[in-house]
Amino acid sequence: MALINPKKKEVQVKIVYYGPGRGGKTTNLEYINQKFKSRIKAEMVTVKTYGDRTLFFDFLPLDIGSINGYDIKIQFYTVPGQVKYNATRKLVLRGVDGIVFVADSMGLRREMNIRSLQNLEENLRSFNKDLSRIPLVFQYNKRDLAAHNIALLPLETMQQDLNAKLNAPYLEASAITGDNVALTMKKIISITIGSLKKKLEEK
Amino acid sequence: MEFTLDLDRQQIEKIEKILDEELIELGVINVILLDLAGNVIINLDNGSTQHDVYSLAALAAGNFGAVSAMANLIGEQEFSLLFHKGETDSIHFSKVTDDLLLLSIFGKEVSLGFLRLKVSEAVRKIESLFG
Ligand SMILES: Nc1nc2c(ncn2[C@@H]2O[C@H](COP(=O)(O)OP(=O)(O)O)[C@@H](O)[C@H]2O)c(=O)[nH]1
Ligand SMILES: [Mg+2]
Repeated sequence: MALINPKKKEVQVKIVYYGPGRGGKTTNLEYINQKFKSRIKAEMVTVKTYGDRTLFFDFLPLDIGSINGYDIKIQFYTVPGQVKYNATRKLVLRGVDGIVFVADSMGLRREMNIRSLQNLEENLRSFNKDLSRIPLVFQYNKRDLAAHNIALLPLETMQQDLNAKLNAPYLEASAITGDNVALTMKKIISITIGSLKKKLEEK
Repeated sequence: MEFTLDLDRQQIEKIEKILDEELIELGVINVILLDLAGNVIINLDNGSTQHDVYSLAALAAGNFGAVSAMANLIGEQEFSLLFHKGETDSIHFSKVTDDLLLLSIFGKEVSLGFLRLKVSEAVRKIESLFG
């Protein structure tokens, strides 16, 4: 749950971008960082290994104004996608309020998407959390590659593979061109804040 | 497992008072009480810094988790001293409860031994608030 500070009148909300390695999570945050520079007071923090892969996580704070007199601070995180970094993914999922699942639309990545989603569910279960009860948005990324004659998974296939049971909102996007990146972000913020509002009204 | 604790205004003020008296007044530059999700619960400083406390908290929570996992790998429950020494400023971490960490940033004027003493004093007082 989000952290509410009644003295400073501030709420910290944790949103995690999850998904298979190389799917475009870091690129999403880099785009947001560029696009909303004026609202981001701090530098984007990224812990990388040699070769530009996310080792630990990326972290980006965004102030979105106030609700019921509370300043809302959104904290975006990405997880490292590579299979061997599961311990780190679990750390980042602690206290998560909302999740964007960034799936890779490339035909070759179909299995990796499915496995990453299973891994997310397992990791949440180890915290006694249920993915179907956490604000969630699917982003089907890299749709721009269609224009480069690269075989992409049809939208229906991705929906069937990943979202058939969860029935969460979804967007087709391109993190590299920025297409639907801001919309994905707005969607997850609005769902997450929606569930928070009740709590603030009770304060 | 919920990581967030729901503190009211009064509890926050009590903790701030402890941290101020035990640490800031003794020359500590900046103290941050954070949870293991990386949230900043309390941030106090001596008025002459502008650290990016939200990023510090995110990294501190991750770092603490990573070091705890390392401890487990060699058969330890945890490492009791977590300390990063810098040229002028250093960082000390201390576990308060299972979900809470206290991070202190201090300069050369404060000795590590003295700081550890004061931190454990503060931690003891905070623990007693949660009874
Ligand atoms: N064509 C294309 N490439 C992308 C897109 N998003 C990310 N990439 C590229 O895919 C690679 C992996 O992206 P990255 O954000 O590091 O993935 P992460 O492992 O999920 O953080 C990088 O080379 C990106 O430039 C996209 O929408 N379209
Ligand atoms: Mg990455």
